[in-house]
Formats: sequence, structure tokens, C-alpha cells
Amino acid sequence: MSNPSNTEHFVAPFEEGVAFEELQDAPPRTGYRPSLTGWIGIAVVTFWAVIALAGPWLAPYGENALPFPDAYEEFQVPQAGAPLGTDVADRDILSRIMYGAGRTIGISLAATLLAYTLGVVLGIGAAVSGPKVDMVMSRINDAFLSLPTIMLGLVVVAAIGSSIPVLIATAGLIYATVVFRLARAIGMEIMVMDFVEAAKARGEGRWWIITREIWPNARMPLITDFGLRLIYVILFTSSLSFLGLGVQPPQADWGSMVRENLGALQYGQSIVPVLAPALSIATLTVAINLIVDDVSAHGGGRLSGRM
Amino acid sequence: MLSLILRRLGIGLITVLAVSIIIFFGTKILPGDAAQIRLGQEATEANVAAMRERLGLDQPVPMQYLNWLGDFMTGDLGTSLASDVPIVNLISDRYKNTVIVSALTALIAVPVSLLLGIMAAMFPGSIYDRILTFVSVSLVAAPEFFTATLLVLIFVFALGWGNAVVVGSIEGKGFFELIAHFALPVTTLGFVIASQLIRMSRAAVLNVMNSPYIEMAILKGVPKKRIIFRHALLNAIGPIVNVIALNLAYLVTGVIVVEIYFGYPGLATLIVQAVQTRDFVLIQGLGMIFCLTYVILMLIADIAAFASNPRLRHPK
Repeated sequence: MSNPSNTEHFVAPFEEGVAFEELQDAPPRTGYRPSLTGWIGIAVVTFWAVIALAGPWLAPYGENALPFPDAYEEFQVPQAGAPLGTDVADRDILSRIMYGAGRTIGISLAATLLAYTLGVVLGIGAAVSGPKVDMVMSRINDAFLSLPTIMLGLVVVAAIGSSIPVLIATAGLIYATVVFRLARAIGMEIMVMDFVEAAKARGEGRWWIITREIWPNARMPLITDFGLRLIYVILFTSSLSFLGLGVQPPQADWGSMVRENLGALQYGQSIVPVLAPALSIATLTVAINLIVDDVSAHGGGRLSGRM
Repeated sequence: MLSLILRRLGIGLITVLAVSIIIFFGTKILPGDAAQIRLGQEATEANVAAMRERLGLDQPVPMQYLNWLGDFMTGDLGTSLASDVPIVNLISDRYKNTVIVSALTALIAVPVSLLLGIMAAMFPGSIYDRILTFVSVSLVAAPEFFTATLLVLIFVFALGWGNAVVVGSIEGKGFFELIAHFALPVTTLGFVIASQLIRMSRAAVLNVMNSPYIEMAILKGVPKKRIIFRHALLNAIGPIVNVIALNLAYLVTGVIVVEIYFGYPGLATLIVQAVQTRDFVLIQGLGMIFCLTYVILMLIADIAAFASNPRLRHPK
């Protein structure tokens, strides 16, 4: 893809050389040089990372402060003093987006890390254990995978109520099932390679095989998949918050901001209160996707084909 | 072939049982007692005990599960804890609404996006393909409520066509009123599944285009149109059916967010209310309906994949 000359000798006499788009043209490499789209993604993600870390200090007002305490009116249009206008309770939208950035990104990152820790440990564990252990773990995993994620989230929230730790644990556990399947598949694939058999024949222990043979080979695909999974977790947690079952008011979170301000659409007053948080999520997830796509294109196949 | 499908159906049945166990016991750990909730705080202990007996709550939990499952299969979903109304009455209208919006979306979005996807596969690397890929990759990564907001921005705020919020039921409305009623939710859901469908159908056709027999056809000089429609597409039908079923399953979850966004009176608004009021009998019923639909669609996707690929049918 990135270097068409490599595939030249494959090309049949056919207009535009059909189908070679999807062929991998090089083995995975570890050094990464971003292309233009990659740089755009990195710039946007860096921007949001800075806002997430420094938001509370950069924000012009407090999370629940009123920019115009003397003239209370919901959904004021953007103006001097409130560049994005005010929300359903007359709070400054720009400030709330800055406060919400840390919460939205922090929750999703924590959940994805949890999903990866659990999924990779159990998945690789299942791959190197005997077929019986693998069978039991995979069947249990399949039962959870066969449910729509939002439904699982709803049942958990209904059962134990909604708070940030519950949100992180729920999203982490739900997405651990997907990571488990991927890590297991990658582990299985590597387990049957000749070099693993050679290591076994040499009499190496299980731990040595995991750390010295499997992990170095499983690392790159898992790291690129991490970005993809992060996107799904951001979408999942903000959808739950949007449904009113995630981050609870008055705490600012991008998903719940969309929900609180939906009233602004009703009478055609202003779209900024809804558009601003929705656009924040979209720019973040699309930017992560650009990076993931760029990294995986660099390594051979386009990972976004899996989305 | 038949035995494989039967085996897959068997696995599907086990999945449904596992799903029902997860939903039943997941909601069973809720604090509170159904009999107490239904009778209110002032009920005497004797009344609560009588109610528990009537609801079957005095039996051991596994028996309760079996009773609940049996009732579910005969169409009795129990009585709502919050409103004391049989759940079947509560959901019948809303069920119809959700089915209408999902079916309408599928009818419009599936053919259109298949056509777009196959066209992209015919001209890989062209400007058309690149634009389509960029738009669909961006839409896949964006949340449903962002797509909805963009559409509201364009149609309601910029063009001034109608209202952003769906109000009331569909009874007694004219044709044009109905179009206005469904336009925004259906278009949003359409974009959500189209972005997946386009990418996946493009990949399915391109995947077939990679196989040696297509290269053979190219080498012997078969015209391009003939290669696509006679050689490639016929073999891509299985994967494409698989893709359609998978995306209809995504529709089941997408519809929840979109219904809430537009205030559409469907099942989603009901289930969110149920979670907020902790009406777990209602959650169990609705959860089973959503999960069953999802599991059945996944099953169809799996069987389509089996049926279309001889290598999966006859594993080595």
C-alpha cells in the first residue's frame, strides 16, 4: 500500500491493478514515521491530551459556575465572556468541555488499560495452557461476547448503580472479552510456530516461552489494536453517559453533556450546546483512528479493515 | 452441511440459555424485593409474604429462574414493578415503533450501501474509493449522537426542514407527515450501519478479487464487468449476507442511542427508564428481547459464512 513498487511484479494486466490495495507488502517493522494523516491525528490527540491534563487550570470558569450570574437564561448564544455559549443550567460550555475532557478520556483510558491487562494475561494464558483450560475459558468468554455491549452495561448499571469506578470496571470487563479473544488467537498462532517447538524441544519452561518467544511477536499487533479498542471504549462509555447511566450530573462529561443539552434542539434555539461535546468526542476518536490506521498501514495491513 | 447448521443452531440455543442466565442472575443481585416494591412501604409483613408466595418468590432461586424462563417462552413477561401493568401491554406499541424504524433503516440503507461498497471495490484507489473510505472510516469512529447532531445541523438548522424531535405516535398521520416523522432517526441509523456495510462489503468483494481464479480470469482476458458480476460477486454473496446480518445486529444497539436522541417512543426509551427506576422485571423482559434479536442475527451471519465457504464446511 505505502510502496506500490514492491508489488509491481504481482500486477496482472488489468486496469489500475485491482485488489493489490489489500495485500501486505512488508513484514511488520517497529520504527514508525507518521504520514500526513498520521501527523494530523497526533496533533489532535496531543491537543486533547493537554486539555485533559490542564483543563481545570485553563478553563475560564469553574465546572458549575455561571458566567453571567446576573442574567440567568438557558442556552445563551456564543458571545464575549462565553465563547461557546451556555448550557441548560446557564453554565459556560467551554469550561465544561475542558473539565469533561479529563473525565471522559481518563475513564476510557483506565477502562482500556484494565481490559488489556485482563484480556492479554488471560488470553496468552489460555493459549499456552492445555486444551481443557482453553476450552472452558473460551466458552465462558463466548457467552459474554454474544451479548450486545450496551445491554451488558445496562444490566450492570441497573444492578449496582452508576459511578465512575463502576463505569471503568464495566467497560474494562466487557472489552476484556474482545481482547482475550484477540490475544488468545495471536498466542495460538505463535504457539504452533517452529521456533516455539524448538524452544520446547530445548526444554525451556513455560515462563521463558511466554516472555521470550510469544510476547515479542505478539506485542506489535496488540499495541496497534489498543488504539482501536480505546476508540470503542470511548464510544461505549460516552454512550452510557449519554443514556444517563454513566457519569452523573453535575459532573461534566462529554456524553452526558450531549444528553443534558438535548433540549436546545427542541425549539431550534441553538445547536452549539449539543454540537460542541459531540464534536469533541468525534474529533478525538477519528484522530485516534487516523493514527491507528497510519501505524498499521506502515506495518503491513490496514487495521481499520477490522472495524 | 445440514448437520453443521444443526450443530450451529444447538450452539445458538446454548448461547440463548447462557444469555438468559446472565440477565436473570445479573438482575437478581439487585437490592430490594419485588413483592415489597409492588406493595409499597406501608404493606404489612403478612401481605408481603402473601405477595411473595403469589409471585413465586418463596421458591428457591433456580426454580424461580425456570418459572421465569417458561413464562418468557409462552409470551408472559410478568408485571412491571414501577407501574403495575403487564409488561406485554407496556411494550406492544413501542415494540412496533422500534421494529418500524429498524426495518425502514435496513430497507433503505442495506441496498444503497452494498451498491456503494461494490462500486468502491470495482475502482480501488480511485478518488471515489478514497473519499468513500475516508467518510466511512470517520463515521465508524464517531458516536451515533454526533452523526445525529450533524444531520440536525444540516436539515433543521441550515435548511429549516421540520423539527428535531419526534413527538407522539404514528397513528392518523398523512404520508408526508410520516416522512418528516421518520426522516431523521432513519437517516442517522442508516449512516451508522452504512459506514460499516460499505467498508465490509468492499472488503468482501476485494477479498474474492484476490483469489487465484480471478487472476486466471484476468489473464485469459475476461472483461472487467463480467469478472465483477459473474465471477467475483457470486462468490462474495455469502460473505455479504454475513456482513448484512452482522450490521443488523449493530442496528439493535445503535437504535438505543438514536431513539433517546430524537425522543422516539420505542423500546429504548422504555429500557432506560426501567434502569433508572430499577424495574428489574421490565429490564429482564426487554433485555431478553434485545439479546435474542442480536443472538439470532449473529447466528444467521455465522450460518451464512458457513454456507458460503466450502473450506469452513469441510474443516481439515
